[in-house]
Amino acid sequence: MNARARAEFEILKDKERCIDCGLCERQCSNGVYKREDGRWFIADEKCVNCQRCVEMCPTGALKVIPNRNAPRGDGNWSVRAVREIYKQAETGGVLLSSMGNPSDMPTYFDRIAINASQVTNPSIDPLREPMETRVYLGAKDHEIKRDSSGRLITENRGLRLEVPILFSAMSYGSISYNAHAVLARAAQELGTYYNTGEGGLHRDFYKYGASTIVQVASGRFGVHKDYLEAGAAIEIKMGQGAKPGIGGHLPGKKIVGDIAATRMIPQGSDAISPAPHHDIYSIEDLRQLVDSLKEATEYKKPVFVKVAAVHNIAAIASGIARSGADVIVLDGWRGGTGAAPTRIRDNVGIPIELALAGVDSRLRAEGIRDRVSLIAGGSIRNSADVVKAIALGADAVYIGTAALIAMGCHMCRNCHSGKCNWGIATQDPALVSRLDVNAGVRRLIGLITAWKHEIEEMMGGMGINAIEALRGNRLMLRGLGLNSRELDILGIMHAGE
Amino acid sequence: MESRYYEGKVRIPSGCAISGFINRDGRLSDGSAIIKSIATMHDRSNGLGGGFAGYGIYPEYKDYYAIHMFYRDTLIKKQVEEFLDEHFDIINLSKIPVRKTPKIVDEPLIWRYFVKPLPTKLAESQLDEDEFVSRCAFRINTFMDGAYVFSCGKNMGAFKAVGYPEDVGEFYRLDEYAAYSWIAHGRYPTNTPGWWGGAHPFCLLDFAVVHNGEISSYDANRRNIEMYGYKCNLQTDTEVITYIFDYLVRKRGLTLQEACKVIAAPFWEQIDRMPAQEREQAEYLRRIYSGLLVTGPFSVILGYTGGLLAINDRLKLRGMVVAEKGNTTYIASEECAIRVIAPVLDKIYSPKGGEVVIAEVGR
Repeated sequence: MNARARAEFEILKDKERCIDCGLCERQCSNGVYKREDGRWFIADEKCVNCQRCVEMCPTGALKVIPNRNAPRGDGNWSVRAVREIYKQAETGGVLLSSMGNPSDMPTYFDRIAINASQVTNPSIDPLREPMETRVYLGAKDHEIKRDSSGRLITENRGLRLEVPILFSAMSYGSISYNAHAVLARAAQELGTYYNTGEGGLHRDFYKYGASTIVQVASGRFGVHKDYLEAGAAIEIKMGQGAKPGIGGHLPGKKIVGDIAATRMIPQGSDAISPAPHHDIYSIEDLRQLVDSLKEATEYKKPVFVKVAAVHNIAAIASGIARSGADVIVLDGWRGGTGAAPTRIRDNVGIPIELALAGVDSRLRAEGIRDRVSLIAGGSIRNSADVVKAIALGADAVYIGTAALIAMGCHMCRNCHSGKCNWGIATQDPALVSRLDVNAGVRRLIGLITAWKHEIEEMMGGMGINAIEALRGNRLMLRGLGLNSRELDILGIMHAGE
Repeated sequence: MESRYYEGKVRIPSGCAISGFINRDGRLSDGSAIIKSIATMHDRSNGLGGGFAGYGIYPEYKDYYAIHMFYRDTLIKKQVEEFLDEHFDIINLSKIPVRKTPKIVDEPLIWRYFVKPLPTKLAESQLDEDEFVSRCAFRINTFMDGAYVFSCGKNMGAFKAVGYPEDVGEFYRLDEYAAYSWIAHGRYPTNTPGWWGGAHPFCLLDFAVVHNGEISSYDANRRNIEMYGYKCNLQTDTEVITYIFDYLVRKRGLTLQEACKVIAAPFWEQIDRMPAQEREQAEYLRRIYSGLLVTGPFSVILGYTGGLLAINDRLKLRGMVVAEKGNTTYIASEECAIRVIAPVLDKIYSPKGGEVVIAEVGR
């Protein structure tokens, strides 16, 4: 079959504008452009629509558009479904995808409206009055203890965030050295945290340890005593929203140089993270891992447990809350990834909004919500999503995709190819160097600063001047076009009630 | 009105007037002064609720819990009395005396019981007396439809109704009670309350709270405090504030001052500037009780045995003044409510947002 006929995108090159500078050819890691004998040959089928050539073209001669030629689809058989069958028939393989679940299943955040004050209580102007977004993560249900002079004994400081947004786990290996540098530096300047993912921590980044959450995942890559002690907190990754029930696989060709050293595995060997932790087959085993990590770090580091949002998430979270963990991370099914089997990504798990509401309600019903903090992740796209997540019950949110977009990702959804033209999801030194760390840091700080302003405006509108008074404050939310079962699970009323 | 709009079925915010005073020398005053004070702020109420609480009013029964009850009918009264009989030694019971006035209508049955927990029941429950009484009150209020415990402290009592506060005071014959401290409330709910239980003060054991404001943190506070055995049956701000005080002070052992550092916590920028020790304490309280921070406008007077506490929200979004004359401390939404009963004052001031004012007998 003719691959070009079935290409997803077509590239329009305006001959009038093109000056034959060849920049597009040099910029494209996918080899779309080739100039031979004074003629341009364009391989549409290799294009992933990352927009690199379009943005770099000095004369604006390029456009990438969805291919006007496409196999026939209908209401049942989408063009995508047909193309996927072609691909599988040709390769006999499992389809792989990157980034989060793109399906048009409900996104509940888009069906929730936020409240504002009118008459009976005043809205608060964040430009004139203090508006507090500081959050502490960790257990809150300590017994009150006093010393002999009657002063409160203040122990267990927990993690302090100046803004309730953290950068979620993306390993060194799945993303580049420069991308990690951007996350680490931005987290430090913003007073928040980034997460190493399961690839260990590069020696150069130990200096950002106070802003780092180090992850321990099923492959245990890069885990050693110094690593555990380097971070401000330790995260046990049990699962990931993009691929619940599935492990990870970083191909040997990406395990080069520093990545191999950081992961503590030989160069060129595949890094395979098993689907389960093979020392955790049940909840009591999780408790032992939590305790082991705490013991190893002398009870100085809070321990997070990250789980994918699946059907029985409320009961699972209740078990985790009783396991000694300080923070539970819930990752919804729209959560991003560097690579996941497409069918898993698009069909396994549940939306974060329902998981979060269900877990928060359950922990409160059991009276143990104060034993843990909750972080929600899995497609937080803007400041309104943050406000809604917190009002549903989260202490803070994780963002991954949004942080990558801020530093230059164009959502072409081909991280798994390793050919990221923007220097983010690649280990090719030439491509990595395209990500300007200083510019990336500036942009990521810009994004979070902008969101913080917006969060403050929305809080002020509700007459709330501290983010903790928004947490779990579900009266501030109303549903739109949701059925009563959905409203019940979300614990909110319908608009107009 | 349809019952789905009743108190407890929907959240009812309200504006209000509050007033209170305490004789720090323990001298007793009858209820006429407090009625006069709250009546001055007539326009801050809308006739949909008024109430009072007095401390030291039952000296002859000072060791017994004084349970004030509203009943819808005699059927539920009988059921509650059976329940009380099972759990308490009732040493006295009577109708609460009222003076009929055309301005107060549709009154429920209003009864008063002086009780002590039955020693066998108390031992069986493994609770202390206060917790036993409070759980019994919650049980009645949550599960016995048509019955409502509106006051259950020792040597104190609340008196409340639907109407303007001055008429409520008249109705309950408050001029016949003598107390060392009084608090009063005139209500301006933005909804028609279903019945009398929704008026203020709101009481639990010897705590009585009157409050003006609409707190924006309501649902965060409610969902937090309900984890610890409280049930917000009325869905009013005052109810949740009372429970927060009870939880922090009685159950967690915080001082009133410390509890106020939770409820109207200093801003982080203030905490960051405090000397190290003080900073640690303030940060600790704010951090571990973050779910109990109250935001949005409020002025609150909390009555307790031997004292009154007054506090505003952190931004002082509601008016509240404090004054002193001799051995009496006055607190009110507006200065006029104080001047009308004490025209010449030794001092009068407006406490800052989040500033705690405590006045106690003997101090």
